[in-house]
Amino acid sequence: MRVSESSVGPLVATYVALMVLLVMTAATRAMPAGWWITPISLGIAALKAFLVAYLFMRLREEKALVRIFAGAGLFWLLILLVLTGADYLTRSWYV
Amino acid sequence: MSKAGALANAPQFGSQEQRIAANQLGMWTLIATEILFFGGLFLSYVTYRVAYPSAFAVGSRHLDYLCGTINTGVLLTSSLCMALGDLSIRKGRTRALAGWISATAALGAAFVCIKGFEYHEMWRDHLVPGFRFDPSVSPQVELFVCLYFIMTGLHAIHMLVGIGLMAWLLKLNAASRFSERAHEPVKMVGLYWHFVDCVWIFLYPLLYLVPKL
Repeated sequence: MRVSESSVGPLVATYVALMVLLVMTAATRAMPAGWWITPISLGIAALKAFLVAYLFMRLREEKALVRIFAGAGLFWLLILLVLTGADYLTRSWYV
Repeated sequence: MSKAGALANAPQFGSQEQRIAANQLGMWTLIATEILFFGGLFLSYVTYRVAYPSAFAVGSRHLDYLCGTINTGVLLTSSLCMALGDLSIRKGRTRALAGWISATAALGAAFVCIKGFEYHEMWRDHLVPGFRFDPSVSPQVELFVCLYFIMTGLHAIHMLVGIGLMAWLLKLNAASRFSERAHEPVKMVGLYWHFVDCVWIFLYPLLYLVPKL
């Protein structure tokens, strides 16, 4: 087993990164208003979730099959959002 | 024979490795179904936010931003404790495991308490839909508040289940069921806990940080 897989260091480093990202997300509230804040705060959220999944949930150490199963949930979520969005967001009376 | 029981395979498994692999895939399949369970709510949120962007911005200002931010920090810290507990037991440290699991459960309980305080604030301000809801608030803002309660409520139920699972791990640990080689329930519960954390990571900006337009 590699040292990095069984030591405290990477976990604490991940935590510090997560807290920095949290402060960055919280700070978007103080920024001047605009629609572009949402993609930024969601982008940071995606990065946070990736760090949690990759290091805390130890996807980094898993075989390809487990990673595919982990990705499958997100893929189906994407189908749910994109196909419904393709209907609702293209109706002239809606937007 | 409880110690041996932790290592023994059920008849359907050919080897311990196969059992561990099956557990892993089963847990990730559960998480995939959970993603879609919450996914329906995220879909409703996106649909209505696109329809009523300014009402959602107004609704977001009714929430306690400070509580939401603190809660995000509490949950991220609890995830670190869970990961450290998992690391401890992989090295056979059962007492450290008990400490980290207790810390995870305590932080989870703190999260639920802070959420309860927020709900109380909403109740005080007549912002609970269906219960003497403030008539001066527009129906579109009420829709946002409804989504807030359903999404955070479902998340809070998952937190309570997670705290129950922590108690189960503590019970197994007290019965000397875990060792350096036998600790799969810790990893499985950990996966669940981190997933619930990930849901909150997305709820936080969507609910508390809707920008004014």
